[in-house]
Order: sequence, then structure tokens, then C-alpha cells
Amino acid sequence: MLTNWVYIGVFLIVAVVVPLVAVLIPVFIAPKKPSTRKEEIYECGIETKGNIRIQFKSQYYIYALIFLIFDIETIFLFPWAVALGNLPLFAVIEGVIFIVILFAGLVYAMRKGVLAWS
Amino acid sequence: MADLINLIENWIKNILLGWGVTESLAVFILQVLGSVLVVIVCFVIVIALIWVERKLAGRIQDRFGPNRAGPYGIFQSFADIIKIFTKEYITPVGAEKGLFNIAPVLAMFSVLAIWAVFPFAINVVGGDIHVGVLYIVAIGAFGILAILMAGWSSNNRYALLSASRSVAMLISYEIPMIISLLVPVLLAHSMKLSVIVEAQMPWNIFVAPLAALIFGISSMAEVGKAPFDLLEAESELVAGYHTEYSGMKFGMFYVAEFLHQFTVGALMAIFFLGGWTGPLAVRWPILGVFYFYGKTFFIYLVISWIRLSLPRIRIDEMLNLNWRFLIPISFINLIAVAIADRVMLEFNLARWIYVVVMFLINILILVAALTIAEKNEKAVERVEFSPRPIAVPPGKESK
Repeated sequence: MLTNWVYIGVFLIVAVVVPLVAVLIPVFIAPKKPSTRKEEIYECGIETKGNIRIQFKSQYYIYALIFLIFDIETIFLFPWAVALGNLPLFAVIEGVIFIVILFAGLVYAMRKGVLAWS
Repeated sequence: MADLINLIENWIKNILLGWGVTESLAVFILQVLGSVLVVIVCFVIVIALIWVERKLAGRIQDRFGPNRAGPYGIFQSFADIIKIFTKEYITPVGAEKGLFNIAPVLAMFSVLAIWAVFPFAINVVGGDIHVGVLYIVAIGAFGILAILMAGWSSNNRYALLSASRSVAMLISYEIPMIISLLVPVLLAHSMKLSVIVEAQMPWNIFVAPLAALIFGISSMAEVGKAPFDLLEAESELVAGYHTEYSGMKFGMFYVAEFLHQFTVGALMAIFFLGGWTGPLAVRWPILGVFYFYGKTFFIYLVISWIRLSLPRIRIDEMLNLNWRFLIPISFINLIAVAIADRVMLEFNLARWIYVVVMFLINILILVAALTIAEKNEKAVERVEFSPRPIAVPPGKESK
């Protein structure tokens, strides 16, 4: 069992090193001629004015918040799904009730109009 | 001869032991070699895939595709690689240098690292861990982080807008993806990928077709290709989150996108198409590797086909599709499958009855959901265009 985790550790390191090497090779073989015109922000030829970090539609963040709820929920559902074969039927129903409660949250958010892109 | 892969493994191990290396170190070296092999194979496959995809796109769009470098343009990818390696890196003014440089590596890492847990054949499993599915979900989320980092650090409004769209879209589609992944876990009663593959007596696509469909749609959105390519909509966002990247840093995003599509094919193959299983795959594990890559490639082509056939959808349509259709239907599907699975285990039914009932439940939910969705759909106002005058060459006017 431990060897599997060692393999994953090795694999993660390899998965970082290989792209890193690929990104670093052009540092040595590619030309380097920086100039101010070249380093300008690309906006189809128009000069960028003002601060870049502008304010955004808050809706993007609301989606992120709702995502967080469901993402945490799924973490609880994975062990339930694995143990389903050994659980008594009552525990299965309990899991279903848990899903339904969160589902009610989704319906509530929908009714509140949070999920409507306006 | 039957077990070629183990033969090679033992051969290398014996050579290492012959050199006086300890047993545990020999295993470690084998693991390093194995992981490097998997990563290199991924890169080689992507080089081939880029050519295949461009040629296919050309054919579907009624043009030639790459046809200059070598016969049928097969060396086009290599020409691209040489070009991209010798291109200058440009860092825009005001960019967050650290994040800007890490993002492409992270994007590639998030896709490559998933390959650590894949079972390639009956005895060729990389890291056969008990939480394989959870690992895939966790590592996959790094891709979104990379896109956000790239968009935010580029100091470009369009890139930032693209990154924000990715927040709204990629994380939204992660929910139905994860929930539909729960269904194979539930059917196999394990998160171990090798167990999930072996537990598929008929392939999961027959037992849980609805989960396969939801997983297919939502993981297509995760890849960020058309019809869900809103985060790099050229006509709206210059080029998307990688507008400011050049050379190999851009190349990493490009390669990661192709490899992600291939990885989605692999996930689909493992969870729903039986992974390495196939005729004679148990006796000759090397065949299993071919089956696995074959199924993966098939799904890859299907995804390409869909992406080349459909136009881009609008952001509100896309979010509504997810939050109002895919998420509810995937929850209902999960509940139905869980209860049906548990109840039928109680009665100890024959396998074929189990499969038929599961299939019927899935189809029933899909039909019901589509009917309800159709009823609730607001009628789209159709604008009637008056017939426009058509240019007719002089002398050809109808009298």
C-alpha cells in the first residue's frame, strides 16, 4: 500500500519537473530583446487606461460561494457511496435525506433569483 | 510471453539487483522510470493528437488542414514545437511575475498528475490507492486555479474577465461532474480505480447511461472547448486568459488543453467503458493497455466531433443548463441509483435483472427531466426577417 503512495509522490514531482524543464529550455535558446512597445499590455492596439483590477459583477462570486457548499457536500457523499453495500437500508435513507436537504438549498437559491444571470 | 510488461519490469529489477542495489531502492527506481514513461507517453500522444485534431477539423470544415510539412502534414506538430521553443518570452508591464510564470506549469501539472492513478491493464496500475476518485477530483481542481492565476497576473482586462468567467463556469460544471462520478463509485462500492474497472460486468454506460451522459457534458465544459469555450472566446476576449503569454508558456496551456481532453476520454473509459477490460485482456495484459488507449482515443474523437459541430453558447444559457438542469438531474439520478442498488441487493436478484432495472430507471429519469424542461422552457421570441433582395448578375434577372 505504501509503495502506491510513494509512486504518487514520485509522479507528482515528475509532473512538475517535466513542464518546468519545457518552460525553461527557451530561456537559454530563445532570443531576448525586450522593448517597452513589446511589453505593453495587449488590447488590440489600444493603449490601456486606468487601473486594470476593475470591479466585477458580483454574480461570479455568488456562483463560487454556492459551488463551495456543494463541493463540501460531495466530500461527505463519497464515503457514503463506498459503504453503501454494507449499510443498513435506514442509513441509505439517511444519506438520501442529507442530499435532499442540500437540494432544498439549491431550490431556495433558485427561487431567490441568485442563479439567474441578469 | 503472456505478461510482457511484468517481464520487462522484472528484467530491469534483476539488473538493478545484480548491480548491488537494495530491494527497496530498486522498486523506487522502477517507480521513477514508470512515472517518467507515463509522462513522456502523454507528451508524445499530445503531439500526435494536435495533428489528428487539426486534420479532423480541416476535414469537417471542408478544408485541407495541415498539408505542407511532410506527407499529409504529419510533421506539422514538430515544426510547431521547434518554432515554439525558439520564441521569445514576453512579460507584460505590471504583471505579477511569480504567479505569471507558475501558472503554465501548474496548468500542465493538474492534467498530468491525474495519470498517476490510472489502471492501464490488469496488473499495470500506477498508484492503486483507495481514494483514487477523490484524488482525481482534487488534482483536477488545480487546473481552475492555474487559469485564475494566469488571468489575474497578466495585468490585462480581457484576461481577467476570462478568468472570472472560468470561476463561474468551470467550478459550476465541477458539481455535476463529481456527482455523476459518485454513481460508478456507488456501483462498485469502492473508490479504487482498479476495482471500479473490474466491477463493471456489463460496462457502466449500460448500467448508468444518465451518469455517463452528465459526466460527458460536464467534463466537456471542464475542458473548456466549444460549445463551452467561453473562457477563450476569441471574438469577445482577445484570446482569453492566456492573451499575454508567448512561446512555451503559451504552449503549456495549449498542450494542457489537448491533454485534458484526452484525460477526459481516459476517465470516461475507466468509469463508464470498462477501462482495460476486453476480450483476452486478462490473459495478455498488454492487450488491456491497447484497449484502454483505444477507448480513450475513441472518446477523444467523439468530443472533437461535438466541438467542431456545435456553435458556442451564451454565458447565461450555459449557467442555466448547469444549475437548472444538470445539477438537479444528477442529484435525482444519484438518489434513484443509490436506493435501487440497495433495494436490489436486499433481494439478491440476478445480475441481468439488476442491469435492466437500472437502465430503465436511468432512461425514465432522463425522459421525465426532458419533458419537464421542455414544458418550463420560455418560448423564445422569433424575429421574422423580411426577405432581402438578392444580388443577381446583370442579364440574369428573371422577368
